[in-house]
Amino acid sequence: MPSLVSHPDEVKVVSRRFGMGAAEIDKYIELDGYKAVQQAIANGPAWIIDTMKASGLRGRGGAGFPTGMKWSFVPKTSEKPKYVLVNGDESEPGTCKDHVIFLHDPHAVIEGTMIAGLAIGSKMGFIYLRGEYRYLLKIVEKAVADAYAKGFLGKNIFGSGVDFDIITQTGAGAYEVGEESALMESLEGKRGVPRIKPPFPAVVGLYGGPTVINNAETIANAPHILLMGGEAYAKLGSERNGGTRLFGISGHVERPGVYELPMGYSLRKAIYEVAGGIKDGKKLKAVVPGGSSCPVLTADEIDVGLDFDQMGKAGTMLGSGGIVVLDESVSIVEFALRVISFYQHESCGWCIPCREGTDWIKKTLTRVYNGGGSKKDVDNVQYLAENMMGRTFCPLGDAAAMPTLGFVKKFRKEFEDYIEGHKAGTPIITVEQLVGAGH
Amino acid sequence: MSTVANTIFSPELAARFDHLVTIYPLRRSALIPMLLYAQDEVGYISEAVVSEIAQRIGILELDVRNVLSYYSMLRTKPAGKYNVQVCTNISCMLRGGYEILDHCKHKLGIGHKGVTPDGVFSLEEVECIGACCWAPAMQVNYDFHDDLTPGKVDVLFQMYRDGQGKDVK
Amino acid sequence: MADVTFIVDGKQITAPAGTLLIEACKTAGIEIPAFCYYPGLSLQAACRMCVVRIEKMPKLQTACTTPVAEGMVVATETPEIAQARKATLQLLLGNHPLDCPVCDAGGECELQDMTFKYGAADSFYAEPKNHREEQKWSPVVYFDRPRCILCYRCVRMCGEGMDVFALGIQNRGSSAVIAPNVPAQLSPDDLAHVDCEQCGMCIDACPVGALTSGTYRYKTRPWEMNHVATVCTHCGDGCKTTLGVRSTSDGSEIVRGDNRDKSGINGDFLCNKGRYAFDFANHEDRITQPLVRQLNGELKPVSWEVALDLVGKKFRELRDTRGGNSIGVLGGNRLTNEEAYLLQKFTRTVLGTNNIDHHRTADYVAFAQALAGQKDRTASLRDTLTAKAILLVGGDPTVQAPATAWNLRTNVRLNRAKLYIANSAEIKLRRQAKAFLHLAPFGYGALAGYLGGDDTIATSAAPDATALASFREAVKAEEDLLILIGSELRGAELKKLIAFGLTIPGAKFALISDYANSRGAADMGLLPDMLPGYQAVGRASDLATEYAAPSAPGLDLLQMFDAAGKGELSALYVVNSNPVAKYGVDAAALKDTFVVVQDMFLTETAALADVILPAANLYEKAGSVTNSYGDLQQVKKAGDRAGVRTDFEMIVRIADKMGANMRALVPFGKGLRADMGQTRGAQSGEADRHAVWLTAQNLEPRLSPFEQLAILDEVQRLVPGYNILRLQLLSGNDQHLEPAVAELVQIGVQTARRDLVQPAADSLFTSGTLGRYSTMLSDLQHNESLRPSSLLTQIQTAAD
Ligand SMILES: Cc1cc2nc3c(=O)[nH]c(=O)nc-3n(C[C@H](O)[C@H](O)[C@H](O)COP(=O)(O)O)c2cc1C
Ligand code: SF4
Ligand code: FES
Repeated sequence: MPSLVSHPDEVKVVSRRFGMGAAEIDKYIELDGYKAVQQAIANGPAWIIDTMKASGLRGRGGAGFPTGMKWSFVPKTSEKPKYVLVNGDESEPGTCKDHVIFLHDPHAVIEGTMIAGLAIGSKMGFIYLRGEYRYLLKIVEKAVADAYAKGFLGKNIFGSGVDFDIITQTGAGAYEVGEESALMESLEGKRGVPRIKPPFPAVVGLYGGPTVINNAETIANAPHILLMGGEAYAKLGSERNGGTRLFGISGHVERPGVYELPMGYSLRKAIYEVAGGIKDGKKLKAVVPGGSSCPVLTADEIDVGLDFDQMGKAGTMLGSGGIVVLDESVSIVEFALRVISFYQHESCGWCIPCREGTDWIKKTLTRVYNGGGSKKDVDNVQYLAENMMGRTFCPLGDAAAMPTLGFVKKFRKEFEDYIEGHKAGTPIITVEQLVGAGH
Repeated sequence: MSTVANTIFSPELAARFDHLVTIYPLRRSALIPMLLYAQDEVGYISEAVVSEIAQRIGILELDVRNVLSYYSMLRTKPAGKYNVQVCTNISCMLRGGYEILDHCKHKLGIGHKGVTPDGVFSLEEVECIGACCWAPAMQVNYDFHDDLTPGKVDVLFQMYRDGQGKDVK
Repeated sequence: MADVTFIVDGKQITAPAGTLLIEACKTAGIEIPAFCYYPGLSLQAACRMCVVRIEKMPKLQTACTTPVAEGMVVATETPEIAQARKATLQLLLGNHPLDCPVCDAGGECELQDMTFKYGAADSFYAEPKNHREEQKWSPVVYFDRPRCILCYRCVRMCGEGMDVFALGIQNRGSSAVIAPNVPAQLSPDDLAHVDCEQCGMCIDACPVGALTSGTYRYKTRPWEMNHVATVCTHCGDGCKTTLGVRSTSDGSEIVRGDNRDKSGINGDFLCNKGRYAFDFANHEDRITQPLVRQLNGELKPVSWEVALDLVGKKFRELRDTRGGNSIGVLGGNRLTNEEAYLLQKFTRTVLGTNNIDHHRTADYVAFAQALAGQKDRTASLRDTLTAKAILLVGGDPTVQAPATAWNLRTNVRLNRAKLYIANSAEIKLRRQAKAFLHLAPFGYGALAGYLGGDDTIATSAAPDATALASFREAVKAEEDLLILIGSELRGAELKKLIAFGLTIPGAKFALISDYANSRGAADMGLLPDMLPGYQAVGRASDLATEYAAPSAPGLDLLQMFDAAGKGELSALYVVNSNPVAKYGVDAAALKDTFVVVQDMFLTETAALADVILPAANLYEKAGSVTNSYGDLQQVKKAGDRAGVRTDFEMIVRIADKMGANMRALVPFGKGLRADMGQTRGAQSGEADRHAVWLTAQNLEPRLSPFEQLAILDEVQRLVPGYNILRLQLLSGNDQHLEPAVAELVQIGVQTARRDLVQPAADSLFTSGTLGRYSTMLSDLQHNESLRPSSLLTQIQTAAD
């Protein structure tokens, strides 16, 4: 079971109940559980949405869309039933934060789902977990069953006259299913291929009904926000980036782990103080700041605040909050190949630029890595990535192109040196290993 | 079409499936969970599984195959009793994921997607499994094992061999 | 919807709001490239070829999914866009085998065309391409995986368009592949196959050479063929099919059928018969020399002159000695209108008898009589695509009239048309029906009565009384209902149903029959009691005035064989028909009859003949045909075979050999009735009606008795309803005709005989006697037999 870590700089909101046995419903209730949903019932949808808007909460799934605003887009009336969909597909490499939420505080997700349901007038929520998270699904299923047993879910919740049901669902191994419309397809029993947008899920989503889809962490924040007030939550973070966020710091650091830090917290401090600095006293080489789709930052680009806007200005993204730290020993060629191999494996194959682009970048980098490259290959990789950017059907194509562009632009010299006689070091891993993943 | 005569599944699983197709707004939503749960029981998605699930949901077998071939956890050939899935994605790779994979290959004497002759273990190199902060990590069936070292892997293998491994289903 | 105005490449365009940009541009003459987009099928936005720049949008947008909006400013060809398309092509070509020199689609390939346009010829990749062996999915569908660009057109065509769902997408990413519904592991030969209707629509839709046709594969190159757009010979829908023709040593051979010309009555559609079953023409059993039975009973090849001489002499002699009424004539359902008309005219005016009939596959006589005096009450095949509500009683269009079925499905899918079906079998179209009424066996007559208000027969109509009642309720509430009728309904029952339909405002009707010109055969008067245009024999009409035809009805088909059995039939002239097989005629009945058969093959009927004249088929002649709906279309000559002649020519030659007045039979030359050169224009009156008519119509006189247009002129002049628009016909367009029977005529005893109408009961892979000589259809039947229960029937509704 993953170990819990902590650091004095942490501001615990969503992680408040971690390690306290809150997966048990009675413990959860003792720790203020299911109070927020009752407040929500008492104050009504407009209040919920206003509070969420005031909190400045932005989606924790990666894109950072303001949550209150997203909820307000759902039409008030609809012929088809409306749904809440919790995205627990967590598959972005470097990301394991929803993992700990499901493990330590599943009821927060349930309560948050109910709140979102009340806000948009939905009677049914789905909590979708990636297939690998079976043991977490068991925990969430038990929590849902306990909530039903207490009468919190089902008919007439908390005497409100409103019914609300939650269905849990498992995936079966597909990164692309994390994309919101592909998730809906998957939940409808289909291949995880995204849908054409518009219409957006808020208007036509799951089963054709208006749907709010949020990341599990986003949803788990909702009860806390209602209890503490939107403004109070907003104040915890930075400008236009309300509150706190779970950051998973992994790779070459002394104390890897999931930490809850205020939005806008310094990336440098996160690495050097919170996570204890670079492992074994080595030097920092680069950071992938928000899951593997974010363009890499070099060692001297880390004086930046961890929020959506500052990271954007720094030419990268906050993404899923998975900070991956690379020390001086890492070969960027090898790292870039491992990253593109992932996207090549996970491309759904629907659109040409992504399906073929990831494949050709992977093939080309494999050859480069294997020692058969020429400088022209670096240009080709850049050309391919540039021609994928903004041209694909869904953002997975961008997610593959962006980091690739980051690597070849910022570490071009290393690629060229590598090509010329492997100056950056002979491969430590055979090509067969590198390209074999999942095939 | 609630119960299927001559089901290939255990009575418990068949009953579970009978229920599962009824809980969603559309029956078809039960497809992916059913495939996974069927695989957990049968060991893989056999033609018989495809055919019964298609029948239970009321879709074409082709539809089932289209979906099943999309998801990487679903397999159409048997794996070992314990399927060892080693993550080598970036966070794990940085902390020795490939050494762990190599160690497993060596220890089990099989490669990626191989099955040991006794059928106890199979090995798979997998993409990120959401254990990045506790890397390197692997899953044996649905069980997570993190902060791995080759020594820890040996202990784990012995544990499973001795039938002491937990088995989440 | 209201129109919006917007700007594309600096040009102002107006289109209805909601139109897709790609369609609006096409209408305005701006072509936007696309692989995955296919009009009428669901949108994919997968190929990214159609990207355009729309002002105020951050990224390039796909024109295939963007609806036009007021004030939108669009650029469709800028360097940025060209680069995007070029990059996409480069990516595709990276794994493409580039085997264009041997690819069936070479020269007709959208990928080639795009590469030519955007110049993505340079390759950066050193890696080997993914090679996969070609797969034979069925005798007619082959799949070459490396050529596939994954546009998913085939998958949608098969699922949405055909409602078959035999193709899927499997695996993901760069391993994604189009997969058929019978996987290798379930196949006895360990190869993947399709279990489907074998329509080949997937091949038509494929923009590259990934799906190829079993009949055409590796035969020739597209530019080595001539392409002739004509009408399919197989069913009563009369689809336009384009035949690819190549010269051979003894004529010209048809090597391909497809639907490249989408202007036809069938729009996007063509079924397996239209696409592949042209190969009967090349069957080794084809007769290419006249055969005459010798005294020893053997058939001996003779010259045309000898054969025609013999027939002419014999017919004349028998007419003169035993009387015209001792001779019977049977026409076919795949003759052109001109041939059918000529045949009845020959029978009535040269042989001097009304003993003429054909294998009736639906009761058009009753149909015409029921609609006598009505206007605008018959439907065109095109109406099945646009009608808001359709009632289908009997029939199984999926099998019998596939284009009708395609149109109905498309209409339901795209226009939400309401389809009501009453049938005693669970026909496949019920999946598109708003209401499906399961009728009792033989419940059609009762249904017709019940619909008309006779509640006493409800139980004979359908077992489920409530369903029956609500069905009638729903149908009666409709307006502008299109009523499609299967051949199960005949005579009085058919008339009852039409009488009910006539109470619905705006209702239109069609009666579905089986072959390319079944309707034309009836319209052209291959009937013992009806002249062309359903004018009763013996009644006053323009036709009757000109014809010196006997005024009493002749023998129908069954009566002719009865007469033969009694030794009363001196001769039987069978033109393109196989009644012996269809009606189970006892061979002995014909032993004293002189039998002449015009056919391609030694059919059961031809086998009894004294003279067999080798005939050209519908793909080897010119003329016109009328489909089940009354839509007239032009037939063009595609194939050719040395040694055979058209039925038209043979009839003319036989008449000539009999010493008939050729100008009276075929109005050719200048002047018809011996007033050569003395025409007094409109005043010529009785003297030369035809010449006067030609002049009034601005038509040239025809110069030869073999010119079928001469007969067409007469058909137009004399057959009510056949007021043909020449320009429409000659430019290959279809036109809807209505038989214009002015008054209701009491039906004679003959036409009341139900067993005269014998629906062909063809399956998707049969086509009467002709179909037996199509190797491809035999292969498909064999292919079907390999799978005892078709997967197609597995489920009720294919997709959620
Ligand atoms: C390829 C791809 C994968 C994604 N994977 C996930 C995921 O695993 N979990 C998640 O919450 N969001 C994921 N997202 C983002 C979702 O599409 C969506 O934006 C998010 O669930 C919205 O929730 P939020 O507003 O709470 O962030 C992914 C997006 C893309 C394009
Ligand atoms: S970018 Fe295209 S191929 Fe890639 S995952 Fe999205 S839709 Fe699929
Ligand atoms: S035609 Fe628009 S993306 Fe293919």
